[in-house]
Amino acid sequence: MRDPHVILRVVSKFLIPFIALFAFYVQFHGDFGPGGGFQAGVILAAAVILYALIFGLEAAKEAFPPSWVRIGMSLGVLLYGGTGVVTWILGADFLSYGVLAEKSYHGQHYGIIAVELGILLAVTSVMIAIFYAFGSRQPETDEGDW
Amino acid sequence: MDILSLFPAWLLEQGPAFVIVLPLLMGAIVAILPSRTLAWWAALIVTLLCSVTAFGLLLQVYSEGASLYTMGGWDPPHGISLVVDALSAPVLLLIAAMAVVTMVYAMPATIAEIEPKKRAPFYAAFLLCFAGLMGMVITGDAFNVFVFLEVSSISTYAIVAMGAARDRRALAAAYNYLIMGSIGATFFVIGLGFLFMETGTLNMADMSRILADLDGGSRVAMVGFGFIVVGLGLKMAMFPLHTWLPGAYAYSPTMVSVFLASTATKAALYLLLRFTFTVFDPSFNYDIVVVKYVLVGVGVVGMIFASLQAIFQTDARRTLAYSSVAQVGYMLLGVGIATAAGIAAGYLHLLNHAIIKGGLFLAMGAFWYRFGITRVTDFNGLSKTMPWTMGAFMISGLSLIGVPFTAGFVSKVNLTIAAADKGWWWAVAVIVVTSVLAIIYIGRILLAAYFGSPPEIDGEMAKRNEAPLMMLIPMWILVFLSISIGSNLFGLGDNFVMASERAANLLVGIGG
Repeated sequence: MRDPHVILRVVSKFLIPFIALFAFYVQFHGDFGPGGGFQAGVILAAAVILYALIFGLEAAKEAFPPSWVRIGMSLGVLLYGGTGVVTWILGADFLSYGVLAEKSYHGQHYGIIAVELGILLAVTSVMIAIFYAFGSRQPETDEGDW
Repeated sequence: MDILSLFPAWLLEQGPAFVIVLPLLMGAIVAILPSRTLAWWAALIVTLLCSVTAFGLLLQVYSEGASLYTMGGWDPPHGISLVVDALSAPVLLLIAAMAVVTMVYAMPATIAEIEPKKRAPFYAAFLLCFAGLMGMVITGDAFNVFVFLEVSSISTYAIVAMGAARDRRALAAAYNYLIMGSIGATFFVIGLGFLFMETGTLNMADMSRILADLDGGSRVAMVGFGFIVVGLGLKMAMFPLHTWLPGAYAYSPTMVSVFLASTATKAALYLLLRFTFTVFDPSFNYDIVVVKYVLVGVGVVGMIFASLQAIFQTDARRTLAYSSVAQVGYMLLGVGIATAAGIAAGYLHLLNHAIIKGGLFLAMGAFWYRFGITRVTDFNGLSKTMPWTMGAFMISGLSLIGVPFTAGFVSKVNLTIAAADKGWWWAVAVIVVTSVLAIIYIGRILLAAYFGSPPEIDGEMAKRNEAPLMMLIPMWILVFLSISIGSNLFGLGDNFVMASERAANLLVGIGG
């Protein structure tokens, strides 16, 4: 028997890389225009969620293990906060990006890139974690028991 | 001051950010720590460091005056500022110190109550809740308050729900709290939206200045004020909005009850003071109307009704929870008197009640830990089976009633004097009546414990089975504090009164 979802699968296989690519466009464009870590994180998570919807939760969990998700959530926060800690070590106020480079505006730029990466990581992981948490729920009553 | 010079200069300078950032980042690290014991140590050290820093900041405020920290070097009103002054510093120290007390107690308690796999995330959520509360108190930016309010609330829902391993009703309680808390936060942020519309700024000091220029502003500011008071009222369990509180306190893990009872509602009350007296000014006619009639009204009604409800609870934890609602009423009455003395009394009761209720809930947790006791009828003979724990419970209970030489007496007397000075004799009567009600609901438990005999198991009297030392130490520290404040040992009583007077002077504008 043929796969009934063949069109969906072929189309989404085409789409998913572009969705992920668009996420990174939004991420790195965020310095100079609309966009940034939060939006990019949601788009990137949407790519994974689409994969899970079309190919099943198990396949998605193989591609993107829940243990990574948990670490990603923490790592994102730590990347953001760590940027602040670095500025502390360099002797300035918390999150004063200016000290990260010789010229203050370069420092601002580096700082915001690091922070936005942290946000990307945290938001992507959290969105996927929420999806996994709801997707993995077992129905309390079996269909046959009704 | 001598003690102040012992603190590293960096810690004092960066302290305001340090007390938020440290628990926040450590929360993220603790969440992925593999070892549960390591997670406990990490959390304990974080709370200790924060307490030390908060203590340093408090001393700094008293010797050098209020300090302003600019996040990321952006000056207010554009950047987020952290403000440490005579009003926020004592509450900061209170929250941090109660977190340490709770963490010491948490070691045996969580082993009994939380599944092994969930312990590290539990500590992580606790640290996030702690970071949120510290942030709520220290920030000088109104929207930032909302962010930290949500950080602390959302982690609180999670840790309340973790009580499900012990009592399934925790799930319903956490859900109830989630709904009510979200409504409260929504009301708060709607109020902020109106204020932003009126003033065009989110910085509290700037907002206050613009509102004063506008002489209270238009109806938009008035509506915003209403939303903020209701939102914060939900968070601090102001009387008719308190329905989430008994469940959340009674069914959450015992260390969470201790921490929530002594800090969460206090931070919300602090914010109410901040908004009604510094952001808005009591000279605006809508502000003073709310303070004088609404806060006093719900405060007094809450004192009486919640005390009555406390008497008729079968579950001792719910008795204490309703008593907390009643105590919020005392604080609101103090705020509503709106004189320096009245606010000082309310503020002092805020600090004292945290210590008293913390002690009571610690003892409650120990009773559950040893015998699984929660109902009042099960207290029979506890003075013989757990004398030290019951002793701590009794002294904290007496302090709650307001017996002389305890902390509760000091704040109740100050409150009564403030009410009498204002000529509110009916308020004095209410304070006396509710203290009598407190005698009944605490006395009911003490009667069973001291005059009942221990239950018989297989024909033998239940044996003495004292709580572990890790529980007794934090409990007796709080009891000792309560007595020290009441009898002014080591000048602690005077220091507490002075702290509350300075906070009140700051609010009514005499200068802190």
